[in-house]
Amino acid sequence: MTVLAVDVEKKLGALQLSVRFEAAGGATALFGPSGAGKTSVVNMIAGLLTPDRGSVALDGTTLFDAAAGINMPPHLRRIGYVFQEGRLFPHLSVRQNLDYGRRMSRRPRDAGAFERIVTLLDIGHLLERRPRMLSGGERQRVAVGRALLMRPRLLLLDEPLASLDAGHKREILPYLVRLRDDAAIPIVYVSHMPAEVRRIATTVVRLDAGRVVAAGGLELLANADADALE
Amino acid sequence: MFDLSPAEWTAVELSLRVSIVATAFAVPFGIAIGWLLARKNFWGKTVLDGLVHLPLVLPPVVTGYLLLISFGRRGPIGEFLYDYFGIVFSFRWTGAALSCGVMGFPLMIRPIRLALEAIDRRLEDAAATLGANNVLVFFTVTLPLALPGVIAGVVLCFARALGEFGATITFVSNIPGETQTISAAIYTLTQVPGGDAAAGRLVLLSIVLAFAALFASEWLGRRATIRFHGE
Repeated sequence: MTVLAVDVEKKLGALQLSVRFEAAGGATALFGPSGAGKTSVVNMIAGLLTPDRGSVALDGTTLFDAAAGINMPPHLRRIGYVFQEGRLFPHLSVRQNLDYGRRMSRRPRDAGAFERIVTLLDIGHLLERRPRMLSGGERQRVAVGRALLMRPRLLLLDEPLASLDAGHKREILPYLVRLRDDAAIPIVYVSHMPAEVRRIATTVVRLDAGRVVAAGGLELLANADADALE
Repeated sequence: MFDLSPAEWTAVELSLRVSIVATAFAVPFGIAIGWLLARKNFWGKTVLDGLVHLPLVLPPVVTGYLLLISFGRRGPIGEFLYDYFGIVFSFRWTGAALSCGVMGFPLMIRPIRLALEAIDRRLEDAAATLGANNVLVFFTVTLPLALPGVIAGVVLCFARALGEFGATITFVSNIPGETQTISAAIYTLTQVPGGDAAAGRLVLLSIVLAFAALFASEWLGRRATIRFHGE
């Protein structure tokens, strides 16, 4: 069943982006070299960037439709977004960062959900710290927790491991796999690293120079390894 | 040490009241206009920017005179405010607060604007994806991150208000107990024979107040920086 349907066009400097794909549940990887337009695509899904033409629909709801003049603002989309650099709020503690989405949507406190996600990501000992005092890996785990606790309909992960060294990557990957299997939230995972995509994704959409060049299963990565070696 | 006469205490109390009221009223405008100048592009932005900074470059007497002809009882704004809200500025302490606020305003705007410009806008995007609308983003992310700048602006404005003389005396004159602030009282005392001792006491007190304001700003600024940006 299609959960997410994306069909967008946008001119970004010299790049004419024109991307169309559909994603079911599980984890869909947007995979391709830097500059392929991956981040722009997820920004358009989140509503942080407005496409020139096209549409975005999630769970049958239209989030954006240029022809119909629909453009739901990001704060109403309920799409969790984990940014490459985490973007934790520096003036709030880890606990307040995690709680931010709930406060903004005025939902009652849900200690059970909070506990579950804190345990899943193993961040219970960090709750009273400020983001500045966290390591890169801890910061990204908190960012994932913050996105999950807003109860998203879709989770966008934009190169969440890119700013981390190899050790920290290995530290986070199992959490992301667990997240895919336990949380039952569809995931769009942006990456240019075949190894990462292989661990996490169930479906792969390959982007290059603003176009979808292939979509399918993990077998698409075989060529990618060869490309990467060149 | 400060063996002040009741009249001198009145001037001190009046100065503090005028400066506090002037600063308190200037803060919301300072944040709003600082935000406009930092974030928005609109027709007349250069004019607004210039207008706000005018009191910094004009002779204070000119600013005071302009306030007098616009906010005086016969002035267009003064007349309107009196007719509809019963507010009077001319020859009242409220007028002193208005002129002090106007004179301090450019000093308040600058640090607020710089702080707003320095904020990482991507944090505001992150807040939006977490369900915060524009107003909530402003009050939960933008304003807290700009707080050190707001504090700096408040202190500068307060200090300027405390020392304001030219615009105030032109606009609301020098009436003991109503518009005679510390500066005006010192000026009066230097004009009368035997006023030196009293003037000296007020001068000393001014220095103490100035230092207190500087230390307070230093302390508050450091606290805010630690709280919001880590050690």
